[in-house]
Amino acid sequence: MSTPEQRETRADGAEQLRTTKRSRTAARMAEAASGGWVAVLVKIASLAVIDALAVYSILVLVRADNWVVAGIIAVVTAAINWIYFRRGGLPAKYLAPGVVFLLIFQIFVVLYSGFVAFTNYGTGHNSTKEDAIHALVLQNQQRVPDTASYPISIVEKDGELFLLATGPGGVALLGGENQPLQIVGNATFDGGIATEVPGYTTLTLRQQLQRQSEISQLAVPMDASESGQMLRTQDGVTAYVYKALYVYDADTDEMVNTTTGVRYADVGTGAFTAPDGRELLPGWQVLVGFDNFARAFGEESIRDPLISVTLWTFTFALLSVVGCFVLGLFLAIVFNDPRMKSKKYYRLVMILPYAFPGFLSALVWGGMMNQEFGFINTVLFGGAEIPWLTDEWLARFSVILVNLWLGFPYMFLVTTGALQSIPSELTEAAQVDGATPFQAFRMIKFPLLLVSVAPLLISSFAFNFNNFNLIYMLTRGGPRDVTAGMNVGATDILISMVYKVAFVGSTADYGLASAFSILIFVLVGTISIIAFRQTKSLEELH
Amino acid sequence: MTVIQPPISAADVLTKPKEEKVIEPRRPFGKWFRQTGWRHIVGLIMLVFAGFPILYIISASLRPGGTLVTANELFSQVSLGAYVELFNRPQQPYAAWLTNSLVIGLASSAGTVLLAALSAYAFSRMRFKGRRVGLITLLLVQMFPQLLAMVAIFLLMSAIGDIFPAIGLNSQLGLILVYLGGAMGVNTYLMYGFFNTVPSSIDEAAKLDGAGHARIFFTIILRLVAPILAVVALLSFIASMSEFVLASVILVDPEKQTLAVGLYQFISQETSRNWSVFAAGAVIAAIIPVALFLALQRFIVGGLTAGSVK
Repeated sequence: MSTPEQRETRADGAEQLRTTKRSRTAARMAEAASGGWVAVLVKIASLAVIDALAVYSILVLVRADNWVVAGIIAVVTAAINWIYFRRGGLPAKYLAPGVVFLLIFQIFVVLYSGFVAFTNYGTGHNSTKEDAIHALVLQNQQRVPDTASYPISIVEKDGELFLLATGPGGVALLGGENQPLQIVGNATFDGGIATEVPGYTTLTLRQQLQRQSEISQLAVPMDASESGQMLRTQDGVTAYVYKALYVYDADTDEMVNTTTGVRYADVGTGAFTAPDGRELLPGWQVLVGFDNFARAFGEESIRDPLISVTLWTFTFALLSVVGCFVLGLFLAIVFNDPRMKSKKYYRLVMILPYAFPGFLSALVWGGMMNQEFGFINTVLFGGAEIPWLTDEWLARFSVILVNLWLGFPYMFLVTTGALQSIPSELTEAAQVDGATPFQAFRMIKFPLLLVSVAPLLISSFAFNFNNFNLIYMLTRGGPRDVTAGMNVGATDILISMVYKVAFVGSTADYGLASAFSILIFVLVGTISIIAFRQTKSLEELH
Repeated sequence: MTVIQPPISAADVLTKPKEEKVIEPRRPFGKWFRQTGWRHIVGLIMLVFAGFPILYIISASLRPGGTLVTANELFSQVSLGAYVELFNRPQQPYAAWLTNSLVIGLASSAGTVLLAALSAYAFSRMRFKGRRVGLITLLLVQMFPQLLAMVAIFLLMSAIGDIFPAIGLNSQLGLILVYLGGAMGVNTYLMYGFFNTVPSSIDEAAKLDGAGHARIFFTIILRLVAPILAVVALLSFIASMSEFVLASVILVDPEKQTLAVGLYQFISQETSRNWSVFAAGAVIAAIIPVALFLALQRFIVGGLTAGSVK
């Protein structure tokens, strides 16, 4: 170990070496000699790879005009090089790799959730205003009445599609997405229709079918002017003149409907809005302040399910922890008898549920609890159709039962370990003093046990608070609450509700989902702080 | 009562040298039952409760063409047909899911072990400014699973994907990177506790012999903390194999998905019709985690309590 600052900071009672200049030099030489050239080579090679990747990504980002991210990458890469090439600063060398990942995919995404919660991000509000205008123009086009139809061929150059149209009078016209129609003189005609033009490849029918959606998206401006007229085709054989229904008026920042003349203004809600309140979608992403939170706590159709889901989340997590702990502790006591034989076989089978991947267990239990065909109803209850997963309260019971199955082995293992680490003299002493075995357990072993497993109970609570897999794989949060204004069910916990709002169904509301996430953050944070305070006091007590 | 203590025959007592073990006199049945026997009843009940679902799914997987209804007749038929069918369904590329899960699980668990061990070493053996704050931050961070930020992760990955498709949305490499982001928060603290139990006099001795910090870390410390490395590797392997939310959000193409996402969708699409095929898939998916778990359970039980109680 080389530098003085590390030496002086390592203060585990070890005798400190004198920091003379000579000993410093000696230490540095020893360090250099001990590392070996392989280590140096590996270090330089990995830094070279990182730098190369960074330069590449900065180039790509600059080309995409994304200066902010390019700058961040440049700064981070410079920092990494500084950390590893400078002498000393050893802790940073060990911490840097983990911290980089932690910062991006854990800290940053949390902050970003906070940001998204204040936006209207979601279906219909996915991109920027320019994209929205572009999409509105392209998606809303009408055929211009009384215009000619153009027989066409579809040609390609460098992967980009072009229309080769035959205009009135047999003129060949060529144009693409960013290239208005122009007359070409050297086209080849087949039966009066232009089919080929030098420099371009004509698409075969097969290729046309493959690129069908691309072809129907293709809109070729009729001329370089701002008339807004486009040539489009649906079938790849004939094209018609279309005109955008909406035109963007840059002076007033409004979209104008060219047939009715209604003007849609940007009123700050992330969509062009008509005077009568109708919105044009797609819109774009804007900051909406506390709107999402106001909706979550204000709108009855969202607030009521949110409250019941929150209550259920707490109930579920609490009952799961208590249930598993009680069963686990009971079993630990039962199997903690030195005279009992073949304990290890019981133990082996009993930890199987813990070893079995949780999502599979939930799916298997889902099959066993199936109302019509499941094993439990058909065999155990002789064909009774008990709605284990489809009745509101039975589903809640089933979820907890399955979680008991999943979780008791963990508590069994943990409490067994904790029980065995309690010295038996304590209970023996108590018994000598005349305590019954139960009293000895209740007054001596149990409190000691609680001290050592309390942190595990808290983390188990935190785990179950967000036990998405079990809920979603077993009931998918159902049975669905039909009175709620969103897709939410009786067994949904907060995290599964976030998932459903953001990713399930045809509409996504990332803003609202993030607002819910923030709520979970606050709840989990509060619980952990309180819980750890409590365990501290427990420890101090004993 | 079906389990009875193995009777100790007189011959045993006579022929065996007596000093080996003091053999307790056999208790009368009533007394034995009150003291020990009832524990076997509890044990048997738990055997059924814990083992039955697993037995059920194995039985279901051995009946080719079986549905949820036929699965109720346990072990009425034994054949591997469903396993063969499992690998021959173009709509549900099970082989691809299995490979993906293994690759993603192995890569992210290897990365997790490395990242967490590096930081645990720093926190345990070095004293530096911000160490306490760093430890407290980690303790706080591990309270908030990555899962909570799923929306932000999805949006981040789709933004990355626009510029770098190789690590963006629908990329397994991207998913591994995301998992690595959660690595340090969850596992460093667990490892830190274990690193502290390795006496630092060992480092000091190695240092006196001229070993550099990297050599001490890679060749000495990592060997001494092997049990916790095994635990973290196993736990993060199992965690990433059963992770559903992020995998389902990030991976889009069926051939790129993992077992958790694939099998869930299998069940939602087929419901109860191809139950035996699902069962076969579940059995295969479970074999590796269960085997690893049972092989390493000694370490796991120690590791689980070691890190968090400290």
